[in-house]
Amino acid sequence: MSVSLKAKIAEVFEEPGCDKNQGKSEKERKKGCTKQLSPGAAAGGCAFDGAKIALQPVVDVAHLVHGPIACEGNSWDNRHSASSGSQLYRSGFTTDISELDVIYGGEKRLFKSIREIIEKYDPPAVFVYQTCVTALVGDDIEAVCQRASAKFGKPVIPVNAPGFAGPKNLGNKLGAEALLDYVIGTREPAFTTPYDINIIGEYNLVGELWQVKPLLDALGIRILSCISGDGRYNEIASAHRAKVNMMVCSKSMINIATKMEQRWGIPYFEGSFYGIGDMSETLRQIASLLVKQGAPDDLIERTERLIEVEEARAWKRIAEYRKRLQGKRVLLITGGVKSWSVVAALQEGGMEIVGTSVKKSTKEDKEKIKEIMGEGADAHMIDDMTPREMYAMLRDAKADIMLSGGRSQFVALKARMPWLDINQERYHPYGGYEGMVELVAEIDRAIFNPVWQQVRIPAPWGDDGESLGAVTPTASTDHLSGIAAKAMGLEPEEVPV
Amino acid sequence: MARVVESKKACTVNPLKMSQPLGASFAFLGLDACMPVMHGSQGCTSFGLVLLVRHFKEAIPLQTTAMNEVTSILGGYDNIEAALLNIRKRAAPKLIAICSTGLTETKGDDVDGYIATVRKRKPELDDTEIVYVSTPDYVGAFEDGFKHAITAIVKTLVKPLPVVADQITLLPGSHLSPGDIDELREIVQAFGLNPVVLPDISGSLDGHIPPDWRGTTLGGTTLEDIRSAGASAFTIGVGEQTREGAEALQAIAGTPLEIFERLSGLEVNDRLLQRLSKLSGKPVPARYRRQRSQLLDAMLDGHFYTGGVKVAIGAEPDLLLAVGGLLHEMGAELRCCVSTTKSAAHALLPAQEVLLGDLEDLEAGAADCDLLITHSHGRQAAERLDKPFLRIGFPVFDRIGNAHRVQVGYRGTMNLIFEIANLMIERIAHHHAGDWPLTPEARRAATHVATSTEAPDTTTLASASA
Repeated sequence: MSVSLKAKIAEVFEEPGCDKNQGKSEKERKKGCTKQLSPGAAAGGCAFDGAKIALQPVVDVAHLVHGPIACEGNSWDNRHSASSGSQLYRSGFTTDISELDVIYGGEKRLFKSIREIIEKYDPPAVFVYQTCVTALVGDDIEAVCQRASAKFGKPVIPVNAPGFAGPKNLGNKLGAEALLDYVIGTREPAFTTPYDINIIGEYNLVGELWQVKPLLDALGIRILSCISGDGRYNEIASAHRAKVNMMVCSKSMINIATKMEQRWGIPYFEGSFYGIGDMSETLRQIASLLVKQGAPDDLIERTERLIEVEEARAWKRIAEYRKRLQGKRVLLITGGVKSWSVVAALQEGGMEIVGTSVKKSTKEDKEKIKEIMGEGADAHMIDDMTPREMYAMLRDAKADIMLSGGRSQFVALKARMPWLDINQERYHPYGGYEGMVELVAEIDRAIFNPVWQQVRIPAPWGDDGESLGAVTPTASTDHLSGIAAKAMGLEPEEVPV
Repeated sequence: MARVVESKKACTVNPLKMSQPLGASFAFLGLDACMPVMHGSQGCTSFGLVLLVRHFKEAIPLQTTAMNEVTSILGGYDNIEAALLNIRKRAAPKLIAICSTGLTETKGDDVDGYIATVRKRKPELDDTEIVYVSTPDYVGAFEDGFKHAITAIVKTLVKPLPVVADQITLLPGSHLSPGDIDELREIVQAFGLNPVVLPDISGSLDGHIPPDWRGTTLGGTTLEDIRSAGASAFTIGVGEQTREGAEALQAIAGTPLEIFERLSGLEVNDRLLQRLSKLSGKPVPARYRRQRSQLLDAMLDGHFYTGGVKVAIGAEPDLLLAVGGLLHEMGAELRCCVSTTKSAAHALLPAQEVLLGDLEDLEAGAADCDLLITHSHGRQAAERLDKPFLRIGFPVFDRIGNAHRVQVGYRGTMNLIFEIANLMIERIAHHHAGDWPLTPEARRAATHVATSTEAPDTTTLASASA
């Protein structure tokens, strides 16, 4: 690992905005917040993955991965970050290094690759991602990028987050550092308004940002840049002229918010677009911070009026579902910000959270959960649940639905229990007031799909296939309604036939 | 027939290729009660895992030795040992299968040596088989990783046994689906032969609901089955990628072999059934004689839509040959063929050349083609080009039911023909009144009796009306 990367990681760990980090002794802090992974019992992406997640949503730049085919070939085009314009970010660019590059170094191939991209695709910038193998053989991507920038007259940005540097979360921060070091503050916006904000850590998954943007538009608030969902290079380069920063995804890019505050005095707050209460709180925060920064103070009143209208409309639409979803038990297997932001949302839908995983959550995240869930929250915080435990919990009908990322979906499906994707591979947007209605509607659609009753029908023969007819139709129906009742949390006689 | 050309580009754009460790892990997923492990950074495993989940819509057991910078430089012995012990403790597999990655190969970890040391130091692993295959990311592709994994399994676990006359070993290539394997098993069994399938993803990735949650693979070739391959009377391989494994079986147990370069198509399946008939001494069952006749009819019905069609295919070598070969037999022209790695299969491909390249190359080559065929990553190119698009191979993440797609045997070939023909039928051009304008010369000739003085006027008129 180059000296600069080591220093960078230490710097990221020094994060003043992270209470968890500041609570540690100096010695512990030096070790960083990277927990040593347990070989043979680890899951999740690497630092490169994290950096790519953080920056790939910048839609008009070419994202070039310098490494062997695994890093890009096995992973490209796998997220649903939406773009309102350029589609270049969906193309996979990689140097696909060969054995000879490993022996002689891959810098020449990298330089040529940058040239090919600029000649063929002419993007406003190229982001170059370091990977384990090229880092290990000592390719100096900073030097190559500097040379390429000078030669081609275009920003070529090194993103130094090789996979072995640590987990995904560290990669998010290292990706953010690349923006701080090379992008933000390098251009000036065409004009500014007192209503300019940046949204940091929002990836516009399945277009979620667009569920929120109309609210901001209506209030006259301009998203000067979004880092990085539906982002444009030039917008991010001029992000330093915003009046307020909103930080979305918990701590993943907190370093951008804190450093922009240090460098340009831009105040930031942490908000969420998930959940009705959180959305309203976020709008209030934006308005009050903008007014503090000099925007006309009627913004606050206009915001309150908009919130009133939007909340009333959302509640009315959710009320229909509340009746059906009241008391439904949800197992929430996700991490970080979603461990609490979605909790609030589900409670609004009348549901009960029987468990939320806090494996990837920060201390603050856990505080938030306690705040939202009240007494007994501890009992529902699951630190590290094995798939087998999740399966047992669902099979024994201690939960009615599991919300999680795509990788653990089969735990629920194989237990023949409803499941909903709330991570990055999903197809439904859950942002803002609109999104919360959509989430509740999706949960309703999942739980009340009659397929659950179908797939729980036991085969009318034994495992040997010979006891055909041994199970009488009457007995089978009784059995069925029992299972259905258990699944829906009803008494058997309440089950619709 | 096809000449192999390597891309001259420095930058791969929109990769067609996936890495060796992923192919090796895929092979290991076809072994029962197995835990595949990538010896590398956790991202290597994570990316592969996500891709496999997206394709199969199944839980995928795949672990990592979680290498970091320091362990990469100092060597990964401790990580391998810890991973083996952890997996043994948590999932209790019968077999742990390790493949290396670019990271650990760059450092040069001696994993064979590590395993020997672990064996000495940790007797608690005595009840667990360990297979290792070297698969650097920066060499070869998915298919190569799969190929080497099969060879490694054979070399590690198979010993010569007394021959069982009615048992054969079936080595399916990585391009075969669980459905394909089921189809071939049925065909072999129809001759009264007993196949040992290695690896058998039809047991593990076929999307069944197990009675309980298991951390390892949910089925596939058992250790006993693998060992029993030493008693097979014959080895049948599907795809050139299985030759190395079949030859390893021959070297170890003296098993004769035949490699079928593909099993999509009429003549190749005739050969397979003849071979099985010879091995078993039984006639071809009526069911397959009937299926053959159905396939003939499908080829006749289908050829109207495939004849003269210009095709662009991007696929791993054996799949390219399977689909390309069939299309060629159905009258299509393989205008643009892109593949991932070198293979003996390319020599058999009825095309001018095969480019070892990426989907950018395929997109460029497909511009004047009628049909685009590749894995799901080709969807962007198909959209841009507005061409009919057939998804094949791995990954196909935007369609469900991949495990049950059958493209081998007479029936599978028929399916494939229908699928392609239907795609083309959807695009049959609907013509309009103005589609066939006459040339200006023809119109001039028809409207006026030309004289030398009038000629310039009519020319102006004709071009104005055109």
